[in-house]
Amino acid sequence: MPLLEARSLTKSFPGVRALKGVSLTVQQGEVLAVIGENGAGKSTLMKILAGVQTADSGEILLDGRSVALRSVYDALASGIALIHQELNLADNLDVAANIFLGREPRRFGLMDTARMQREARQFLDAVGLDVKPDTLVSTLAIGQQQLVEIAKALSTRARVLIMDEPTSSLSAREADNLFKVIRDLRARGVSIVYISHRLGEVKLLADRVTVLRDGENSGDLSREEVSHAAMVKLMVGRDLSQFYPHTPHQAGEVALQVERLRTPAHPRHEVSFQIRAGEIVGLAGLVGAGRTEVLLSLFGVTPALGGTIRVGGREVSPRSPQAAIEAGLALVPEDRKKQGVLLEMPVRENVSLASLRRDQRGGFLNQRRETELSAGMISAMRIKTPSDRQVVQFLSGGNQQKVVLGKWLAIQPRVLFLDEPTRGIDVGAKQEIYKLMEELAHQGVAILFVSSEMEEILGMSDRVLVMHEGRLTGELPRHELSEEAVMHLATGLATSLTA
Amino acid sequence: MKKLLGIFGLLLAVCLFAMWASESFRSGYNVENLIRRTALFGVIGIGVAFVIVTGGIDLSIGSVICLVGCGLPWLLTVQKWSLPAALLAVTVVSVGIGLMHGLLITKLRLQPFIVTLCGLMLYRGITRGFTGDQTVGFGDGFKGLRVLSTGKIPIPFVQGFEIPAPWVVLVIVAVIAAIFLNRTIYGRYLLALGRNEDAARYSGINTGAMTILAYVICSTLAGLGGVLFVLDVNSAQPVDFGNFYELYAIAAAVLGGCSLRGGEGSILGVIIGTALILVLRNVVTLVTNHSNIEFAIIGTVILAGVIADELVKRYAVKRRAARALAE
Repeated sequence: MPLLEARSLTKSFPGVRALKGVSLTVQQGEVLAVIGENGAGKSTLMKILAGVQTADSGEILLDGRSVALRSVYDALASGIALIHQELNLADNLDVAANIFLGREPRRFGLMDTARMQREARQFLDAVGLDVKPDTLVSTLAIGQQQLVEIAKALSTRARVLIMDEPTSSLSAREADNLFKVIRDLRARGVSIVYISHRLGEVKLLADRVTVLRDGENSGDLSREEVSHAAMVKLMVGRDLSQFYPHTPHQAGEVALQVERLRTPAHPRHEVSFQIRAGEIVGLAGLVGAGRTEVLLSLFGVTPALGGTIRVGGREVSPRSPQAAIEAGLALVPEDRKKQGVLLEMPVRENVSLASLRRDQRGGFLNQRRETELSAGMISAMRIKTPSDRQVVQFLSGGNQQKVVLGKWLAIQPRVLFLDEPTRGIDVGAKQEIYKLMEELAHQGVAILFVSSEMEEILGMSDRVLVMHEGRLTGELPRHELSEEAVMHLATGLATSLTA
Repeated sequence: MKKLLGIFGLLLAVCLFAMWASESFRSGYNVENLIRRTALFGVIGIGVAFVIVTGGIDLSIGSVICLVGCGLPWLLTVQKWSLPAALLAVTVVSVGIGLMHGLLITKLRLQPFIVTLCGLMLYRGITRGFTGDQTVGFGDGFKGLRVLSTGKIPIPFVQGFEIPAPWVVLVIVAVIAAIFLNRTIYGRYLLALGRNEDAARYSGINTGAMTILAYVICSTLAGLGGVLFVLDVNSAQPVDFGNFYELYAIAAAVLGGCSLRGGEGSILGVIIGTALILVLRNVVTLVTNHSNIEFAIIGTVILAGVIADELVKRYAVKRRAARALAE
């Protein structure tokens, strides 16, 4: 009998059916990897198992008995703990206080700090974290903080530990240490549900793999069946070469030239590169490598500390997005909902936002132009919406992203930056975004995109720039592209400066 | 628009009730008076609507009214300034206050609540200082100027009712404000940044400048309100002139459809909201003869209004989501 079983769970959000009947089993003392593209439903499934959200229908069984997980508290009481991708620690408190947060041992109604410190020790030992329980969490490295989270989960007597992309912000060494801890826990009979899209890790750790695609089970792989190709096939449902619509591009003149750019995030490192009109260049690297920061500096959100930027040969120094836009730059930002779209505003007003200034008539809105523009973008970008009066909130992630793209295409930029352009959108919409990138490149737009998805970097780039800890560690032309080559540069193991 | 119909319906209902319950509510004198007061409060309500649209708040309005409302007669009668000089001075002060609020909020990233709360204390305190807490007023002078607030425009063939002059001021201010908010790119920028400041900034909008503009509009209209209010009553006591007026303005804006979360606002709604509050006040006085419970009644009605609005909104979101899913 499996320890934990989920039977045909469904879950819908406004505008998107996240889960369309997903099932999953977890045996005692195994590492089950759950993989899938962004938007496949992994995170929703895990949130349901951890009681953060409740399913619309379906059943969850623990030890063969049906359980209702209506809150995180219910899930913890049943022995299921979730460790979020973004850590949820109170970093102004010490390690012990975090481990026992909400369950503090008490004495005469007051917190029993001494006992808390004492008992914290055993859980820290269990995860191999050698820090004093009274250390402030804010002074710990990210990898250590994650171990505190795991210790916290163990302290609730968790039997199933769900880990959502646990290595996304860890260094290679921290990740290795985490794998060791996971194996220890498994040996002690704890079950681990491991969510990742890093297939290398999955191959290394998993006893079994469950693959999700578009909110449905697309297959299970046993330990023996796990291979890179098998996993990818189940994830995308077809061969990769067909998935990425990459065609050769005619690279034109240099559209963007960046020399010795210094960003506020990494003031000691200088970054130089150039992009030609009609080129699609990928910017790869681990989380925290400084890729987004480069885009933000080029786009004037966090102005550069030094260096020169030339757009079409003309030197510019964008101190604000407004200035960057005037110079011919556009940015599809990383966080679509916070920085990209105005969720409560209609499609029309989102699409026109960046071009209002250009189309104005002495300060007044040009409403006819606005209507034409949004109608044009809706058809050109194939945005699925009942009308241009529809509030963006109710569109799917992919269509929201198209709205953001449409906003920028309206001002006809020379250079388009895209930061994680397909994060959190479903597979079909992804491919549409790729096609749009292709079309734009053929129209002569220079494209620089940041992505943490290796497949996307390999599939879409004419050329890849790789960053590691604020430095540009290398550049790979398409014919030299491979996962190994990119990871080598991204982890700082090698530098190749062909540029 | 649906929202406006709701509040307008409520206004009508309260008016009908008042007409039934009180003889004197219907008198031409009372209606004129209500319209005049609605116009005066409407001007400051429109001002604060611009700030609320950006997701901010201005608590200093009542004190700006006090500063300007006491400052103008003080400059004219005590300091013997010329009228143009005094008007210029109060304009500069009003605009300057908004500019200062805006700069503190955008450049130093202080919270609007704190900045304008300090303003609330500061401007009244200053006024009480320079006037020595003495009542200031126009006495028998400045009759021409006072027409702006006390004048009436007769309607042909209508007896016993004339349009109060401030109503004309309100209509002019409201039309300009509505065109600015709904028909210019700057109005759109204000609405956009109120919805999502980051996304607006990433779209190339100078969000700092637009926010400052909103506070300048608010203080300027508060200053205009101060002038109109003091012309209306002829004399002002620094200790309580304009006291709590910001709360009337904010309540009217919220009742009229401005969301305190920002990004939503209707000028017509603000005027209807203002009228509703003032009619309620009037009704409480006329019908119950207990004007001391006025605030309790107004508070209850506003609370009920926003609760109803929130429930309707939730219902609409659910229905829309269900419809989107069905497609």
